[in-house]
Amino acid sequence: MMRLKLPILVLLLTLAIPATAEDPFIIVASTTSTENSGLFAHILPLFEKKTHIQVRVIAAGTGQAIRLATSGDADVLLVHHLASEKAFVKEGHGVKRHDLMYNNFVIVGPKSNPASITMGNSAATAFTHIANTKMPFVSRGDDSGTHKKELGIWQVAGIDPRNASGSWYREAGAGMGAVLNTAAVMNAYTLSDRGTWLAFANRGDLMILNAGSSKLLNPYGVILVNQNRHPHVKAELGQKFIDWLIGPDGQKAIASFTINGEQAFFPADKKSP
Amino acid sequence: MNDFSSALLAALALVLQLDSDLAEIVFLSLKVSLVAVSGAALIGMPLGAALALFRFPGRASIVVFINALMGLPPVVVGLAVYLALSRAGPLGVFGLLFTPTAMIIAQLILVTPIIAALTRQVIDDLWREYEEQFCSLGAGPGQRIMALLWDGRFSLMTAILAGFGRASAEVGAVMIVGGNIDHVTRVMTTAIALEVSKGDLALALGLGIILITLSLVVNGASFLISETARRNHG
Repeated sequence: MMRLKLPILVLLLTLAIPATAEDPFIIVASTTSTENSGLFAHILPLFEKKTHIQVRVIAAGTGQAIRLATSGDADVLLVHHLASEKAFVKEGHGVKRHDLMYNNFVIVGPKSNPASITMGNSAATAFTHIANTKMPFVSRGDDSGTHKKELGIWQVAGIDPRNASGSWYREAGAGMGAVLNTAAVMNAYTLSDRGTWLAFANRGDLMILNAGSSKLLNPYGVILVNQNRHPHVKAELGQKFIDWLIGPDGQKAIASFTINGEQAFFPADKKSP
Repeated sequence: MNDFSSALLAALALVLQLDSDLAEIVFLSLKVSLVAVSGAALIGMPLGAALALFRFPGRASIVVFINALMGLPPVVVGLAVYLALSRAGPLGVFGLLFTPTAMIIAQLILVTPIIAALTRQVIDDLWREYEEQFCSLGAGPGQRIMALLWDGRFSLMTAILAGFGRASAEVGAVMIVGGNIDHVTRVMTTAIALEVSKGDLALALGLGIILITLSLVVNGASFLISETARRNHG
């Protein structure tokens, strides 16, 4: 037993020694849509190859990502809820918000479409149809950018779905992918960002039923966390990343990202939301 | 049924391709869990033995408390470690959040009570058997602990394996404190959670099959080691 213990101990000690000579890195707090769609896997290697700055992405809901950045646990914030982003900068947590890219939200539901939503409906009308027919709707319920967007649409429709929480309105409290999995099983309606939907592999009977409404625009912004608030923030490296993202190389990389042949995100410089 | 066969195929394909990303994830999973379990054994085994051997006021409460801690919810431990290591938290200056070290700390907290509680039970039984001998030999407290831990080493292997099982299988704590960063803190369980959220259930289950196989290998290896040792020592 003693003879065996020594090599095991040596093995454990080697495992415990951290890797040395790492590239410098930044931490980016972002949303699940950018990670799950595969966008980061497409664009980050291009940036890392050019600058040798490693980008470490924490993918969470927009609400959680903002809390992460507020407590100084990230160098750059990349999310999709304009009002929260503006508040983040205004409160002094962020330096400046830059338009990065946009796509749109889509309302997905079962092919049989019992609530009879059409492409021509406004988002609020579509939601009203769902509420009137009491068809199951799965909400993110997690304070994410998509959740805030969904609540905004209910407000425009003049409906408080929380009264129906537990019956037809089902708050999953989970990420976009988990909510799509849930909706696929329940044959329910839900609101998704286009990127996550395009990359989602377990669609079951779900399909896009409404997408065109201008209310469903989904702009993404990128913000450097304020070094005055958190001295350890890697402002120089973070700014380099932001400059690359909003510059021609980054915008080209975003535009060239496709899922099954479909463009998932559109550069912000073409059309500012 | 279809899902299960495509999951098996996905697992086989990953292993046969010797996917370098997969190797990295597997290596990090083993590294984090093995380091956490070693640390937990170093703390938990003497602690458990001491609780079995010594009588002091409040001992029963501590025993109950440690037994209860075996059921610590990983997500709560993850949250507590997260708040402690966050830049806004008391240990923020070390910048440990979202590193493998943070994951090791969280798993260490989860696993130590399991090893301590199971050790206490093993040593308690041994102590009843040998109490008179130890007293007549006049062995000191340190000597008693070492001698009983050595004597119970084969039973204690099970305590360590239980700890390893807990560490390698949990996702709640490592997801929160590690952040599931690709190439940095992504381990088997967080990779599985990610594939589920992408809707790629076959790949997720395939990864799950690999994780279970790994656990089998670790348990099989420790079984062989202790059997061989047991035979050599009679």
